[in-house]
Parts: sequence; structure tokens; C-alpha cells
Amino acid sequence: MKAFTVSKAVTALMLAGLVLLPLYSQLSGNIFILTLLTRIVILALAAASLNLIMGFGGMMSFGHAAYLGIGGYAVGMLAQEGIGSGFIQFPVALAASAIYGLVIGALSLRTRGVYFIMITLAFAQMAYYVASGLARYGGDDGLTVYKRSDFSGLIDLGNRTQFYYLCLACLFGVIFLIWRIVNSRFGLVVQGLRSNEQRMQAIGFPAKRYQLVCFVISGTMCGLAGALLANNTDFVSPAMMYWTRSGDLMVMVILGGMGTLFGPVMGAVVFLLLEEFLSQITEYWALIMGPLLLLIVLFGRGGIMGMLGRAGRG
Amino acid sequence: MAEPLLRVEKLVRRFGGIIATDNVSLDVASGELHAIIGPNGAGKTTLISQLTGHLEPHSGSVLLAGRDITYLPAYRRCALGLARSFQITSLLLDFTAADNVALAAQAHAGTSFRFFANARKEKGLRDAAHAALDRVGLAHRADVLVSKLSHGERRQIELAVALASKPKLLLLDEPMAGLGVTESQGMVKLLQELRKEVSIVLVEHDMPAVFALADRISVLVYGRVIASGVPAAIRANEDVKRAYLGDQHVVTHHG
Repeated sequence: MKAFTVSKAVTALMLAGLVLLPLYSQLSGNIFILTLLTRIVILALAAASLNLIMGFGGMMSFGHAAYLGIGGYAVGMLAQEGIGSGFIQFPVALAASAIYGLVIGALSLRTRGVYFIMITLAFAQMAYYVASGLARYGGDDGLTVYKRSDFSGLIDLGNRTQFYYLCLACLFGVIFLIWRIVNSRFGLVVQGLRSNEQRMQAIGFPAKRYQLVCFVISGTMCGLAGALLANNTDFVSPAMMYWTRSGDLMVMVILGGMGTLFGPVMGAVVFLLLEEFLSQITEYWALIMGPLLLLIVLFGRGGIMGMLGRAGRG
Repeated sequence: MAEPLLRVEKLVRRFGGIIATDNVSLDVASGELHAIIGPNGAGKTTLISQLTGHLEPHSGSVLLAGRDITYLPAYRRCALGLARSFQITSLLLDFTAADNVALAAQAHAGTSFRFFANARKEKGLRDAAHAALDRVGLAHRADVLVSKLSHGERRQIELAVALASKPKLLLLDEPMAGLGVTESQGMVKLLQELRKEVSIVLVEHDMPAVFALADRISVLVYGRVIASGVPAAIRANEDVKRAYLGDQHVVTHHG
């Protein structure tokens, strides 16, 4: 198991970059790198949470951005009402995401396949329109968060570097949890259900119960990403949960490698860097990005992780 | 007579205008190997599906050890000691043989809502899996992905999975399907061993195997049980000969 592989080396390199680049940013005074990296880390966290249900659980949720919005709005709305403490905002963001996941999951998991994709999408769009209708909280225009979550001196989210490392710690923490979960009893059941639901029922596992719990865990993790995102942009708007954002998250997961631990992080890094640099070259960057993604999905089965794995075997 | 392990009473299942299961009643005693035979389309799989809970009957009842399980979902029946193998092999292809069997053991060993400890390092589950694999003669293939195993080996894994749940009653849906001659013989030998430990309902097309193994045989034709009894009686039964076996077949296997 200790064998050196290309995919492990690249993953280690990427993680080292995520840990060390902010130091470079601080030394060189290049703030832009840090801003970009923070965004990458937060969306990587969201992609990793989606991967738990999509890659490991086989549940193709097309509405995962809803949790970004719910987590974000929890922070924004509480801040608006004068509750600035992160110790309240973050638990509320997680709880709200969990409850949304429980309700949506209970309804969506009655369906399978394309219907599951469509119903999760429909619910996320509903959440989008509800947010657009919240006149008190900016409606369509969104809501400025004037003060970042306050952790009473424990950590200062206003400090870019501190905030970045908080996000990174959250990402690593979530990946650690996912790693434990997928190898646990629960995780094996969920993956078994992805593989063959009928068989799992026959050996005595009620499918829906396990899938629902997995769905809620994933949503809660993504809610955390939402709360961080609101702090990162100092702004929340319905656009956070628009369906294209859900699509972006799916692309990150598939691009990086579904059902791998670090694939979604890789996917988020590559996706967002490409988006960043292509958009600097040309206004029509999507024209390059689209075909590029298509090629990777068509010819790189298992995403980047899959390709690296094959490269490692030669 | 003691309470039968499995009692099926007046089971009826229709598909549109077709009655696939027509007032089927049968008993399986504890320790018995009860075979269900019948020509294609006789409703064997429909019957099995109602026993396992994959299909709901329109009327009638199924009792396991005196308990009404007619409308219990599949996973609950499994918990009560009913295990099945599938006619068409149904395993977790991207899992190893040991994982497949260990999951079956896990389903019957406490809660699976454990999120942190590595399940593949739980000694109890791994031991149970290896014991079941050993039972079917596949211990040496434990760490191979099921997708890499041969058809015959997969049929054996099906059995190991069913055994790992420590069932009272095994429902085997055509365990010999698609097996070669030698593999079939191996399977018969294996079933002969297993029947000492567990009651079995066997649905099978392989007549020599059925007559070699069964304590009792029920013959299903057009959804109805036309005869039920010990193998010798079934062989001699005129209705069965006409409906299913064909006279010649019976004559050649007589005695």
C-alpha cells in the first residue's frame, strides 16, 4: 500500500501548494493569489461534500448549490439581524442545511436515476426563488454582509491569511471525516447500495435510511462551505444557489475523479484556475473551457485521478 | 405435527388478467429441503419473489416460524432468518468477495450506523466472511474483486453471502443456472452439506440435482401446485408426467 504512485505524488504536491502558497502570497504582497485560493478551497470543500453522495453513494444530486446558499444566507441573515457571533452563525448554517437535506432527501430518494437528478434540481431552483423573494434580505440583489462572523478573538476572519487557513482546516477536516466515513460500516453500506441496491436489500439493509443519512451529512458539509463563502465574499445572493453553480460543482467532482478522496479538490483547483486564466485571455473563455472539459470527460475515464492512476501504472 | 418453518397459504398474485400464482399453499418443515419445479413460465420466480418480499401477493399469507411476514419488506424478512440467492447472479461487482460476504454478516451483527471505525478491520465480520467463503470453497479468492471472478465462482459467492447471514431458511433460485457439468456436481455436493445445517427451498431446472437433493418436491404449473410429495411419488404422478417431465424422462430415471 505504501507504493509510490503518480497520483499520490501529484496530490501531495497540490496539498503542499495549498498549504504553502499563502506564505508566498504574504511575502510577495500578491494578495490576488490568496483571494483566488480561498475561493478554490471553499468550493473544493463543497465539491468534496457532493462527492460523498455522488461518487461514493451513487446519488446524482443536481441541487447541491442550494446548501451553499442556505449556509451563506444563514450567516448573512443573522448578521443583518445583529447576531454577529460565528458561534451562533455557523451552527445555524449547518443545522439549516441538515434540515433542508433531511426534507429534500426524504422526498427525492423516493425516485431514482434521472428523476432523482431532476427533483434535486427542482428543489434547488425553488430555494433560489425563495431567496429571490426575501425582500427584507435584499431579494434579487442579494445582501451585503458588513461584518464577518465574529469568533471572539479566537480567530479573525477579517484577516485574509487567518481566514484562508480556517477554510483549509475545514477542507482537510471534512476530507478526513469523509475518509473515515467511506471505510466505516456505514460507508460500506452506502457504497454497496451504489453498486447493487437489490442485493443490499436482500441481505438486510433498508436502502433509503442509509442513503438519507448520507445525503444529510453531505448537505451539512456543503452548508459549512456556504457559511465560509458568505464570509469570503462579504455578500450573499440568490446566484449562490443557481443551477449553474450546482453544475459547476458536479463538473469539479467528475473532472477530478468521482469516488476518490482528493479528486474533488483536484477538480476544483483545475476548474477554477482554468476559469481564472482563460477569462484573462479572452472574454469567450467558455468556448475553450467547454471543449476542454468535454475531452477530459470523454477520454479520461475516472477524471484526473483516473488518468494519473493509469499514468502511474505506465 | 410441529409448526412448519415456512407456511404458504392460498397465495394469489395476478399480473393483469394472468394469474401467476394461483392459490399456492405449501409447507416447509424445519430441516427439510423442499424443491419447487415447473416448466418455464410456471410462476416459480413470481412465487419466490413473494417469499422474499420483492413482490406483494394480492391475497393469501406467508408465515415464517409462525410469524406473518406476508407484507414485510425484504430487509426485515432477512433479519428474521430468511436468506436468498438470485437466479441471475446479483453481487456487488466492484467489491471483493470478502467484502460481499462481510456486508451480509454486518447486516446481522449490530447497527451499521457506525461512521468512524474501519469496518474492514472488524475481526468478527472478517472471520465470519472467511468462514462462509471457506464453506463454499472460495477462501483463497477472498480478496479478488467479484467482477474478476468466473460465473461459477460467483454462484458460490451467492451462497456464501446467503450463509453469512446465518439464516434459518435459504431460498435458492436456480443455483445451478449456467454452471457446467463439473461445477453443477460441485454445487450439488455443497448443497448436500449445507442441508444438514439449514432448511432450504430450492427452485431448480436441473432434474437430476433436484431428485438427488430434495426431501419433498412441489410441482408448479400455470401458477398452481399440481402435486407435492416425496421424489418417488412425484416421479410416479401421472399429472406431473403429462404436464412437465415427459414420460420418457421419468422412465429413464426410474429406480
